[in-house]
Amino acid sequence: MNKTVNPKDLTPVDDNAPLYAARKKVYPQSVSGTFRRIKWSLMAFCLGVYYFLPFVRWNRGLGAPSQAVLIDLPNSRFYFFFIELWPQEVYYFTGLLIIAAVALFLMNSIGGRIWCGYLCPQTVWTDLFYAVERLIEGDRRERMKKDRSSDPMKLERISEIVLKHSIWLLIAWWTGGAWVLYFNDAPTLVKELVTFQGPMIAYIWIGILTATTYLLAGYMREQVCTYMCPWPRIQAALTDEWALNVTYRYDRGEKRTSVKKAAELRALGQQVGDCVDCYQCVAVCPTGIDIRNGPQLECIQCGLCIDACDNVMTKIGRPKRLIGYDNDINIHRRQEGKAPIYRIVRARTVVYSTIIAAVGGIMIYVLATRTLLDINVLHDRNPVAVKLSDGSIRNAYTARLLNKSGHDRVIAIDIDGPANSIIHVVGADSVTPDRPMIVIPRDSTSELRLLVTAPAENNPEKSIPVRFHVTDIGLGEVASTTDNFVAP
Amino acid sequence: MTDHSEIDSVTGRATTGHEWDGIKELNTPLPRWWVTCFYLTIIWAIAYWVVYPAWPLISSNTTGLFGYSSRADVAVELANLEKIRGDKMVALGAASLTDIEKDPALLALARAKGKTVFGDNCAPCHGSGAAGAKGFPNLNDDDWLWGGTLEQIMQTIQFGARSGHAKTHEGQMLAFGKDGVLKPDEIVTVANYVRSLSGLPTRKGYDAAKGEKIFADNCVACHGDGGKGNQELGAPNLTDKIWLYGSDEAVLIETITNGRAGVMPAWEGRLDPATIKAMAVYVHSLGGGK
Repeated sequence: MNKTVNPKDLTPVDDNAPLYAARKKVYPQSVSGTFRRIKWSLMAFCLGVYYFLPFVRWNRGLGAPSQAVLIDLPNSRFYFFFIELWPQEVYYFTGLLIIAAVALFLMNSIGGRIWCGYLCPQTVWTDLFYAVERLIEGDRRERMKKDRSSDPMKLERISEIVLKHSIWLLIAWWTGGAWVLYFNDAPTLVKELVTFQGPMIAYIWIGILTATTYLLAGYMREQVCTYMCPWPRIQAALTDEWALNVTYRYDRGEKRTSVKKAAELRALGQQVGDCVDCYQCVAVCPTGIDIRNGPQLECIQCGLCIDACDNVMTKIGRPKRLIGYDNDINIHRRQEGKAPIYRIVRARTVVYSTIIAAVGGIMIYVLATRTLLDINVLHDRNPVAVKLSDGSIRNAYTARLLNKSGHDRVIAIDIDGPANSIIHVVGADSVTPDRPMIVIPRDSTSELRLLVTAPAENNPEKSIPVRFHVTDIGLGEVASTTDNFVAP
Repeated sequence: MTDHSEIDSVTGRATTGHEWDGIKELNTPLPRWWVTCFYLTIIWAIAYWVVYPAWPLISSNTTGLFGYSSRADVAVELANLEKIRGDKMVALGAASLTDIEKDPALLALARAKGKTVFGDNCAPCHGSGAAGAKGFPNLNDDDWLWGGTLEQIMQTIQFGARSGHAKTHEGQMLAFGKDGVLKPDEIVTVANYVRSLSGLPTRKGYDAAKGEKIFADNCVACHGDGGKGNQELGAPNLTDKIWLYGSDEAVLIETITNGRAGVMPAWEGRLDPATIKAMAVYVHSLGGGK
């Protein structure tokens, strides 16, 4: 299709033409088959997780939330089953985002836009909304007829429309409702919401998500994928000749002809294409394209046209998969009489998988070795050092102790610094001299002011490293950090 | 706006008649919604002038229809903040000094409050980190002219030193040279003796016995036997390593000749009692408190 365009062949733009092309409404027909079944199961799985996950309980002991997945914004905590993340651990989300992005690349290099076709929320909810529409208003032809009909509205038709929108709104409302449950204890919040005692922000978010779900899945539909989403453009730059895209095998399909004519020609021993121009692939397409025109931006790789075509091929007694997941290389190879080749293991899939494995590995390692006790220390900047009356030197530090565990801890603070130096915690009396002990309540942080004094005879002449250790007296768990001891 | 009628040959559309380097601009009218939005923004702007304070006048400004001002908003928010903090400051005012240091929540509040108030009121002399300067004590160290317990620190903040307040700390270093009590050579001798008290080197050929005698006759009354100082009088300990004005011989000679009488203002009446308490706790927690 590398045709050179002669400017003179272009039709002049009509001054009165609209500035945009009006949307052609798509009426996808219902279809059954392998890919439809995969789509139904993935939809059930995704929606099931989304709608019901907030109700899964997880026992974390008294005073801690018992919800398995909870984003606790007021207390700055994120709970995910056995994992509890603190604000300073947001890098886990960075890791997750990297994995998510590279997983998209990997999916793309293996199967094109399969994310779009099966797992993207826009696809899942649009598919659900189509299912509702089909159930109430009938399949493709009926819906087209009803929309075209210029009869005055009958009560039956009005009730259909009202019912459809009510169910859509109900789904949209539940979608928004499930969203807010991730931010608060789900059963409590449900109780509050239905008795109108819930926080205003929850109602606002439910409203926003109800509106966006209703609009995006009910009205915008394939336009989101075609005009709003950047992924089709990005994936076009990421894909290569080995990626398995939904492909019309024109080497097998052309020339198109009717079933009857094809049979006659075949009887004469002539070469005939399998495509019978039944337009089933177009009728079922949720983005309203004709896959036989080759790979195109609007295609979300959902495979429904494969199911539609397979059904027709079975009926007319021809082999299945006239449309299938394939690539251009194989079409050309078949035309040359060579066997098709499929290559999943390629440089890019190996690199993507390695990145995913590496980032995942690092995250698991960090998670497994994550400490529930930590100390951060900040040296006083003004003054950096103080000379005491006996000539000894003292440095002051602000320490923040973190107790991420579910129990109160008694901790002792020790230092490795200048010889014979003494540590003192402002406001804390110690049973053992020179070994301050503090209680940090569970799941909290404590800020302490630490004073480290080096005796006159051991005054360091320059800045030397000093190591702070906090030890859980009961469990023996230790956390350490290093700062400097500065001479005046 | 001369040639409106020219038609672009490629697109068949009218041009504006503007031309740059042979490129002509097509006349593409704005969409109606765009123009409507533009007019709405003008109406909005005029409404804004009327409703909100907008125009500066010579000595004031237009106040707007409802007399709204963001300054008044801030005042309301500050008042609300004070209301929220009220209970805690009351608790701080009621607790004893030692109890505050024992209670982590009160200690944190006192330190935070004390630190801001210190920055506003004390930092000009004592420095933002309370490290002091020549003549202005470092509050991080353990040398205290008037005592370093919580109560003593609070008393000094409340009433000051030589501040003129009825309960202020009194006492000053006399001007032994200016007043003719000691001769210049005696001053040099006693200055060297004082340096020797804290282990500093002395001038060659200085008579230690004479210095001790001059010290015993003139200085012991305030600085005590052996120069250990007296916090009742604010007389510094001369045997330690900390020198408020410096330890050079020349500085000591100046001190003995002209005397010293640094002033710490009294804060009672300028800051409320709870705030003074918070500041005492803050200063004590800097590390030097006894």
